[in-house]
Amino acid sequence: MFDGQKLILRDIPNLHLIDVYINNGGYETARKAFSMKPDEVTNEVKKSGLRGRGGAAFPTGLKWTFMPKGNDKTKYLCVNGDESEPGSFKDRQIFEFNPHQLIEGILISGYAMGINAAYIYIRGEYHRWINILQTAIDEAYAQGYIGAGMREKFNNNYSIDIHIHKGAGAYICGEETSQMNSIEGRRGYPRVKPPFPAQAGLWGMPTTVNNVETIATVVPILQMGGEAYSKIGAQGHSGTLLYGVSGHINKPGVYELPTGTLLTEIIYDICGGVRNNKKIKAVIPGGSSMPPLRGDEIDDVRMDEESLKKIGTHIGTGGIMVMDEDTDIVKITLRIAHFYHHESCGQCTPCREGCGWMEKILKRIASGNGSSKDLDLLVSICNNIEGNTVCALGDAAAWPVRGFVTKFRDEFEQAISKNKSFIAPNVVHGKRKTASNLVFER
Amino acid sequence: MEIAFNAQELERVNKIKDHYPTEQAALMPVLWLAQRTFGWISPDVMQYVADLLHLPFAQVEGVATFYTMYFKKPMGKYHVQVCTNVSCMLMDGDSIYHHVSKKYGLKNMETTSDGKFSLEEVECMGACGGAPVVVINEDYYELSSIESIDKLLESLN
Repeated sequence: MFDGQKLILRDIPNLHLIDVYINNGGYETARKAFSMKPDEVTNEVKKSGLRGRGGAAFPTGLKWTFMPKGNDKTKYLCVNGDESEPGSFKDRQIFEFNPHQLIEGILISGYAMGINAAYIYIRGEYHRWINILQTAIDEAYAQGYIGAGMREKFNNNYSIDIHIHKGAGAYICGEETSQMNSIEGRRGYPRVKPPFPAQAGLWGMPTTVNNVETIATVVPILQMGGEAYSKIGAQGHSGTLLYGVSGHINKPGVYELPTGTLLTEIIYDICGGVRNNKKIKAVIPGGSSMPPLRGDEIDDVRMDEESLKKIGTHIGTGGIMVMDEDTDIVKITLRIAHFYHHESCGQCTPCREGCGWMEKILKRIASGNGSSKDLDLLVSICNNIEGNTVCALGDAAAWPVRGFVTKFRDEFEQAISKNKSFIAPNVVHGKRKTASNLVFER
Repeated sequence: MEIAFNAQELERVNKIKDHYPTEQAALMPVLWLAQRTFGWISPDVMQYVADLLHLPFAQVEGVATFYTMYFKKPMGKYHVQVCTNVSCMLMDGDSIYHHVSKKYGLKNMETTSDGKFSLEEVECMGACGGAPVVVINEDYYELSSIESIDKLLESLN
């Protein structure tokens, strides 16, 4: 059972050094996993109820079973550390404070799926953290915990190589198929699914893409057993999560807590409440692409996927953004729309054009030149982007805008009515000419 | 300036290629190396990299222009990146941006005439807990303020 112990960001000084990591039981879980059959390892992960930490909360064990068995094809593991979702800054903590657990997680995951090469994709801005992780990888290679040395170290015929691929500033590369294109040296355009990565991923080979936190969590699961892990946190979404709390909060930062922790407990008890003792106007529970919650909706909200789904939002990456009563919601929505317009890769028309339109309309509203029809127009654009694009960026752009416009409609209306009188919403009638002045021009 | 890697950098390119099954996959890391060596990715650099990796020029240009962190024009010695995304905006990151912009008379992606400073309004840098965030070249300055950034910028030479 969970007794408040941290499984990922453990309270051990200098854990990023390989010697310290080994002295604290490091790489012993990998040894244990290698003594099991690969399928047994996958089964433990399935039993644990681990769900992906990258945003979609897809069951990890199930994802692993999609990989074909046998060794007739090269298989790849792609570890997603792009972490470009605004409000999300948790993987960085793993790179900095516990890189060897990530490496050990890769060994175990790779063994379970019969993979011999892994690519860790890290956003280009993280120069410093790439260096930290690279040092850890080099140390592990030198001591035989990765690569050809593993055979001797673990007395087993399995080995895996780990490479870091550095991104170069593209939000879209956090999407799994886009990330694979990026690793292959192409523009980061998402691919049409199917074929799914497990059938044809990196260089057309079976590939699994997992988040950094997901992979790091595999280690404690194998250590304590899937069943014990499944008892931590909320039912249906077990374990501990790295919550990144930011915005108008007294103690922002990354906190490792069990899933299902009350949102109010995180904000008030753990993070010391809102700055200057203000009230809360809005909270985004899982990174900027998730629908927001109003300040009067956060009571009794539990932070796990199943609970959040019931109230129309998602856990996402666990990036909690808190906004106090003085926040200008129109300005924030405009900023979010600007972000998605900037980051849309431009492949699918609804997202490429729609994100631009949303930004344009919100700019108009924010500058006091909006009209009352604009709000319905915004919602209608959101509805037409959602579900009509190759990847989830379209949804990610539509959800927050629709969420803010519908939940804070009064604020938007106020922004409109401040400078502007009513404009007739029906454009067709306004353009129609009467019979008397109807002139046919040639 | 002649565009060419020295022997040590060419050795590095070969090491990069070892990480991937195809030459094309080495493109992004080689572009990073090129940016570090030549300062920015000019059309000549793109051509050089294309020849080096046996790729069509258009392929290299396509990748270099897709990713925002490859500079398509020369930037300042100190590239000041101010985040104004949601968490940083809530903590007043945009006033830092406007302050720096006014201080040096720079708009987004512009460089001072002496080539010392360039300014960029960046999207989320993944350090929201330390908002507002300013990144200068590769170094993060978290929990910054107009005063602290002023002091920092003036200390640079």
